[in-house]
Amino acid sequence: MTFREMTNHIKTLLDEDAILNVDENCTPGAIELASTNLLEHMQMLHANEQLYFDQLSCITGVDNGPEANHMEVIYQLYSIPFNHHLTVKVQIDREKSLLPSLASVWKTAEWHEREAYDMLGIQFENHPDLRRILLPADWEGHPLRKDYQQQAYYRGVKVAY
Amino acid sequence: MANTIQYIFDRKNLNQSEPGKYQEEDLRREEMIINIGPQHPSTHGVLRLEVVARGEEVVEVIPHLGYLHRCFEKHAENLPYNQIIPFVDRMDYLAAMNSEHAYVMGVERMLGIQDQIPKRVEYIRVVVAELNRLASHFVALGSYGMDIGAVTAFFWMVRDREHILRLLEWVSGARMLYNYIWVGGLYYDLPVGFEERCREFTDYLKPKLLEFDQVVMENKIFVDRTANVGVLPLDLAINYGITGPMLRGSGIRYDIRRADAYSVYPELDFEVPVGKGEMGTTGDCWDRTRVRLKECYESIRIIEQALVQLTGDHKRTRDFDPRAAVPRKIRPKAQDLYVRAENPKGETGFFFRADGRSDIPFRCKARGASFTNLSIISEMARGSLIADLIAIFGSIDIVLGEVDR
Repeated sequence: MTFREMTNHIKTLLDEDAILNVDENCTPGAIELASTNLLEHMQMLHANEQLYFDQLSCITGVDNGPEANHMEVIYQLYSIPFNHHLTVKVQIDREKSLLPSLASVWKTAEWHEREAYDMLGIQFENHPDLRRILLPADWEGHPLRKDYQQQAYYRGVKVAY
Repeated sequence: MANTIQYIFDRKNLNQSEPGKYQEEDLRREEMIINIGPQHPSTHGVLRLEVVARGEEVVEVIPHLGYLHRCFEKHAENLPYNQIIPFVDRMDYLAAMNSEHAYVMGVERMLGIQDQIPKRVEYIRVVVAELNRLASHFVALGSYGMDIGAVTAFFWMVRDREHILRLLEWVSGARMLYNYIWVGGLYYDLPVGFEERCREFTDYLKPKLLEFDQVVMENKIFVDRTANVGVLPLDLAINYGITGPMLRGSGIRYDIRRADAYSVYPELDFEVPVGKGEMGTTGDCWDRTRVRLKECYESIRIIEQALVQLTGDHKRTRDFDPRAAVPRKIRPKAQDLYVRAENPKGETGFFFRADGRSDIPFRCKARGASFTNLSIISEMARGSLIADLIAIFGSIDIVLGEVDR
C-alpha cells in the first residue's frame, strides 16, 4: 500500500475533521491528527484489517519553542504483516499539554509516554502509571523544553558544571 | 569558581531520590518488598528492581531506571550531526557499530546521499556491524549462563569476544566505542590484511560455537532452568513493541534487515532463526537464547559473504577513499525522518527533526531496543519464582546504556 492509498483509506475511516494535514515531507509519510478523539482514531488504525498497525515503534515529543508556542507528539506506527509505516503527528498546546494515553491500545506507549512526560512535561490522560522514568522523582522542570533552565542545586549538589 | 562549595551537607539530602512505588502499608498479608540492584551483578548494570514477593513468588516487579541517564537527547540538540556519533556509541556500548550504522543511515537519507555511498564502504559497514553483533550476543549468552550458574560459558564467550574487540580495535583504534562509521563513509579503510585475519577468526569461531551449543544449550541444568520459564506469547510481545531476538524467540520471522532491506543486506544470504519451542513452549527463555546463538552462525555467514565481496568485486584499490562521499557540511533540508535498524537487541531507531537552517538537529530522539524490551519485565515475571525472575531478566538481554540513554 503506497502512502497515498493509505491516506485515502484513512480518510474514509476517520471523522472528516480528524485529519488536519498530510505531510509528505516526512519519512515515513505523516498525517496530522486532531487531539480530540485521538484514542478512538488510533484504535481504528490499530484494528482496521487493511491497515493493521500492530506495532507502535516510537513516541517522540517535540517542543517547538516558546515562539511557536506548541508541542508535538509523533507516533511511529508499523504493521508487521503488511510491512508498512505511518507517522502520526499531534499538535498540542504548550501550557496545557494534555493527550489521551494510548497505553490501552499499545502497551509500548506506557513507557514511551512516561518518557515524554519526564522530558517535556506532556500529560497523558488515563495513563496507568504516569511517573518520571529517567530523571529522579524530585527533579525540577522538564529538560527537553526549549526554555528549560536547570535548577541551581539538586540535593545540595551543584548542578551546573 | 574553584573555591565555591560543591556540596552542602543536609540530612534530608540522604533521602531516596527514587522512592519505591510500593510502601509497607500497600502490602497484603505475607507480602514483602525486596530491592534488587542498582548494584547487583544480575541486573547487568545499574538497574533497580523493586520486587513485591509473597514468599518465593513474585507478585509484582517495578523497574526503576535512570541511573545511567546521560542526557543523549539534550546533548544531541547542541551538537552537529557528525559530532553526535560518539554519543550514539555510548548508548548501546556493547554494539556501538550497529547503533552508528543506524544513525548514519538516517543522516544520509536526510541529506539524500544514501545512493552515493560506495559498495565497498557498505560491505565494510556490514562486516564491522556483524562482528559487533557477534560480540554483543557473546556478552548476552555468556552473562546469561552466569546468571543461572554456568560460569564456564561466560569465560568462553569473553575469550572469543576478545578476538572481536581486537579486530575492531585494529580497524578503528578503539575497543568498544569506535566512531568508525561516518556520515557518507568511514573513518578509514580496513587495515591491510584484515580480511584474511577476519576469515581466520570465523574459521576458529565455528567449532567454538558448536562447543557452546553442546555444553550449555543442551545442558540438563540449563534446560531445566530456562525451558517453560518466562513464556512470552507472540501477541503480547508485539503489543509491547518487543523486537529483535526476543520477538523472534516467540516465533515470528521478522528481522528489520530483511523487512527494510537496508544497506547491502538484500545481496547477502542468511536465515532468520525463530524460536520453535524445542525444549518447552515457544517463547520461553531457552528459545530466546537459542535464537541468539543461531544468529551468531548467521552473522558468521554474512561476514564470510561480505569478505568474499571485499576481496573480490569490491577489493582494496590504491585510490579508494572511504571519505570521498563524506559531506563537508551536514545541513539537511527541513524535514522529519525516522530511521531504524536491526541491532543485536532489537530495533534501534532515531527520529530526527531538521530545521534546514543549521547543522544541529532540532530534535533527535533515540528509540532504544533495550528500553522497550525491558518494559515487559513485570508482565513476564508476575507469578514466577524469584530465581526465575533472574532467568527471565537475563533472557531479555538489555544494556543499561541504551535503557537510560
